[in-house]
Amino acid sequence: MGRLIFRRLLQGIPTFFGITVIAFLIMMSAPGDPITLITFSPRRDAASVASMKHQLGLDQPVLTQYLYWLIGNDWVKLDTNADGTVTYGTRKGLLRGDLGESITYKQPVLTLIVQRIPATLLLTVAALIIGYGGGILLGVLAAVYHKTWIDEGVRIVTVVGNAVPAFWLGLIMIIVFSTKLDILPSGGMVDITSHGAPSLWTIIQHMIMPVFVLSLGTIAFVSRFMRTELLEVLTQDYVRTARSKGLNNNIVWWKHAARNALIPVATFVGPAIGTLLSGAVIIEQVFDWPGMGRLVVNSVFNRDYPLVMGSVVIASALFIFGLILSDIFYGLLDPRIRFR
Amino acid sequence: METPADSIKPSPSSVAVLNTDKQRARSLWQDAFNHLIHDRLTMIALIVLLLLTVACVLGPPIIESDLHIDVNSIDTVNAFLPPGASGHILGTDDLGRDQLIRLMYGGRISLAIAYLSSVLIVVIGVGLGLLAGYYGGWIDDLITWMVTTLSSIPPLFLFLVIAALFQPTVEWLIVILALTGWIGTSRLVRGEVLTLKERDYVLAAQALGASNRRLLLQHIFPNLMSIVIVTGTIIAGNLILIESGLSYLGVGVQPPTPTWGNMLTDARTYFVRGTHLVIWPGALILITVMCFYLVGDGLRDALDPHHSRHTGS
Repeated sequence: MGRLIFRRLLQGIPTFFGITVIAFLIMMSAPGDPITLITFSPRRDAASVASMKHQLGLDQPVLTQYLYWLIGNDWVKLDTNADGTVTYGTRKGLLRGDLGESITYKQPVLTLIVQRIPATLLLTVAALIIGYGGGILLGVLAAVYHKTWIDEGVRIVTVVGNAVPAFWLGLIMIIVFSTKLDILPSGGMVDITSHGAPSLWTIIQHMIMPVFVLSLGTIAFVSRFMRTELLEVLTQDYVRTARSKGLNNNIVWWKHAARNALIPVATFVGPAIGTLLSGAVIIEQVFDWPGMGRLVVNSVFNRDYPLVMGSVVIASALFIFGLILSDIFYGLLDPRIRFR
Repeated sequence: METPADSIKPSPSSVAVLNTDKQRARSLWQDAFNHLIHDRLTMIALIVLLLLTVACVLGPPIIESDLHIDVNSIDTVNAFLPPGASGHILGTDDLGRDQLIRLMYGGRISLAIAYLSSVLIVVIGVGLGLLAGYYGGWIDDLITWMVTTLSSIPPLFLFLVIAALFQPTVEWLIVILALTGWIGTSRLVRGEVLTLKERDYVLAAQALGASNRRLLLQHIFPNLMSIVIVTGTIIAGNLILIESGLSYLGVGVQPPTPTWGNMLTDARTYFVRGTHLVIWPGALILITVMCFYLVGDGLRDALDPHHSRHTGS
């Protein structure tokens, strides 16, 4: 097991490296530059722009810029103010936890992101639990009541759940539950967190709609996958043996069949985290949720390059971590994997 | 008890067996077509999709000339008209623009993106998947590294960042979606090629001296066709969702050009006055995506001789 974890962590390194390259290249090749946004005045002259670029290190060769971003520049002597005095750089670099400073917020990027990660994780982890719980339940029901109206009903839920645009469903739910019926808040998680610690019930009230909308895709995917796997397992000999021993249906379905059918389904926890993080970007926008997604959307509109790059890298790191976790999880569930 | 005489007589069941034997003699494509036209749900989805496409392509000029309205003509006096108002079948939006005609123009763009990007994705994905799976070695390593890396960025982050920074036109959006969306297809094709190239008939062709090109194009590629068509259809559905999501966030297709996604961007601010403006664009996205998925499902059933919807997915 230790070897599996070690190997997976090792495999994560080139992937993470690749992500930093991609994030950096996208920023480099994007038209327009952050200077235009910082100095949004019609009377800026070429000299001041040049000195600003120099200060930010934007006049360096691409590879140097990438290197400084990745491992920092406190080991090289630089002339940042163009006044002849040479000092060591101040940046520590991505690998040492310094993602630079946000242009719009004038704060360290990491601080900004870390502030918002809990809200996003609250949303995605809740959606993951509801998605898997609901999906497994529906999948088992569909397989057990194969070819009945329950199976057909689950199929309809699956198809609609996959095809419905989440932001639209969110809007419709806001119209129905917040505007018409006035039983759930339409958003405003931002306000309640900024006014001290809210009560658990208030948080849950605010979570109901976003979590439901976000988890729908996972429910659809998991239920369908679970149904297929379970139908396969139910035809196997050991299930027939269990039945012929006289065990009742519930024990056979849940204890014997569903547990084995769950193994391949569980491996998709990792990819599901990626989908949920993506979905959260849109859902946070719909429900005014104070998480990473809204930060990313704002930062791309502001062309806040350090913040955009930082968010992409952090979100990807979370995702890679999720993928590794789900592989380890798979290893725990299925002993055959550990010895491969 | 069955007597020998009974078994000689052609019973109804043995006739059925004869018929299926005859069916097996047909090609995969004929068989699939036959399966498909008897699959009611898939046919309905296909017809709805065709009707939507035709309506969006041909509809706007007809309505414009018949009802004398223009897609961008602003008429603030008649803003937020409910559906059924005179001259405006589906009502008007916050600027008094006719909703029906905007939905049709929006559909043109959403569907064009879905069709064209999915074709590009399939071309790129199949090309790279074939290369990686067939040649192996460093080509495989390179492509697999690209696939793992790109697929470790949560998909929407990638689309969002690229779309927002480059502010693409519709044409470029199609290209960008294709350049970032081929990962799944290439992974699928690579896996398939890895098993196909070990099949006896491919090894036999190789032993007979067939060139790499011949093996790839004549022997391996035709066997990929069915999964390629199925994934292409599902991807088209996904693309509608991605495009509408991006446009909703304001980074996809820019107003005043309507798409189903960006028609919903401001919906939150005025849904009390114009609920119809929220319902219609989203409902069209839902219906279209659902049809693409159902057609994909149906094609999978039809193209896979061992497969039936009720035993697996």
